[in-house]
Amino acid sequence: MHVVPLSPLDLGLAALLVVLLALLSLRLRLNLAGQIVIAAARTTVQLLLVGLVLKTVFAHVDLLWIGLMALVMLLAAGREVMGRQKRRFAGWWGFGVGTVSMFVSSFSITLLALTAIIDIQPWYAPRYAVPLLGMVLGNTMTGMAVGLDRLTQAAWTQRAAIEGRLILGEEAPAAIAGIRRDSIRSGLIPIINAMSAAGIVSLPGMMTGQILGGSPPLEAVKYQILVMFLIAAGTGFGTITAVWLGGQRLFDERHRLRLERLKSAP
Amino acid sequence: MIAVAEEGLPPSLAAGGSAARLRVENLSFLDLGPFQFGVAHGECLGITGPSGSGKTLLLRALADLDPHTGEVYLDGVAAGALPAPHWRRQVGLLPAESAWWADTVGAHFDGVAPPWLDRLGFGPEVLHWEVARLSSGERQRLAFLRLLVGQPAVLLLDEPTANLDAQNTGRLEDLVRRYREARAAAVVWVTHDLDQLRRVATRCRRLQNGRLEDS
Repeated sequence: MHVVPLSPLDLGLAALLVVLLALLSLRLRLNLAGQIVIAAARTTVQLLLVGLVLKTVFAHVDLLWIGLMALVMLLAAGREVMGRQKRRFAGWWGFGVGTVSMFVSSFSITLLALTAIIDIQPWYAPRYAVPLLGMVLGNTMTGMAVGLDRLTQAAWTQRAAIEGRLILGEEAPAAIAGIRRDSIRSGLIPIINAMSAAGIVSLPGMMTGQILGGSPPLEAVKYQILVMFLIAAGTGFGTITAVWLGGQRLFDERHRLRLERLKSAP
Repeated sequence: MIAVAEEGLPPSLAAGGSAARLRVENLSFLDLGPFQFGVAHGECLGITGPSGSGKTLLLRALADLDPHTGEVYLDGVAAGALPAPHWRRQVGLLPAESAWWADTVGAHFDGVAPPWLDRLGFGPEVLHWEVARLSSGERQRLAFLRLLVGQPAVLLLDEPTANLDAQNTGRLEDLVRRYREARAAAVVWVTHDLDQLRRVATRCRRLQNGRLEDS
């Protein structure tokens, strides 16, 4: 079995659909046409670039190259998490909360999968390491962005209630506990839904890709199950870490709510 | 009753020296201060002043809710020497707008009816009421009772009767006086209502241009 190669014309036809969507959104005044075009252009350029990079990395199985690539992916994801916050932490914290949490969860889970579960030689074989890390990182990023956004927004809007509890002598963790829980929940619900709907409502992208690429469906399914579990764990642990860190940063050592540490996105 | 000392006196002399329940030394925040004053046991310091002069911010700083420099002492113990939650249980702030986070009134009282409910015109059934259905006046009175549950040694009251009718205003003023006398509590009462301060305060100051001035 082999993959039918796609010509630029094939992709151009698909791009036409996106152009149509942009035109429609212009007509409906959704204020999204520009964003749609830019996002589509980014997808094209970024994926083509990463294709080139992957080609190179696959050709040289070298820990240094893989590590460098992983670092770039992590920093990009951290920037993305920060960009999606309506109110984010000022200074390095804005970037740090997401990036550190993603590093802790995504990296350790991918590492565990590569060494203990898939058990390939060498463990950093790029054909496995890069796509796995990419999938875990991408989904963790989404959950974390949702969770952190919810946390900072809720802290902002529920300031009176949080301080009302502090005033009565509650400690900062108790005063923010409900908001923390809600934020973590909202970060985790998408992946829980994805696991529930997988195979019935949706055919996950990776599995579809593998099947298109000629893998036996059952092998593809097993990999998809593995990836789902890794993503769930990555998203869960990552979101919990990020929301916990963010919740700490909202207060100082005197249990004061420090909302001036947040700034609204430009 | 012990008089409140003048600003600028050495701390040892301020507010009757060690008799001061609440003592404020060089308290500064934003561009306000430094503040220097004391409130003795059982005393009520009234603070008035134009809108935006920082009265609320002063109360918040006393409750250690905002960053500040200088120090506040309760019975000679510095705020910084106590964990902040402990300090706030002793130095109780009643904000102008009360905050509610659970559905029923009782959930904010751990389900236990506070004493003095009847003094502010409530029966025990109030604990089952929904917060969303309370009037602003009911919220204000209940928030005050909620504050008293912890039996703070200092009451910081920010416009505590702004939403109350004459009868309830009288009830609340009366309850503050009784509490202050029974617990030898120090009270700081912020309001625009000068007539009220004449009734409740043992001494008045005016907050203006970042300083407390004699009124």
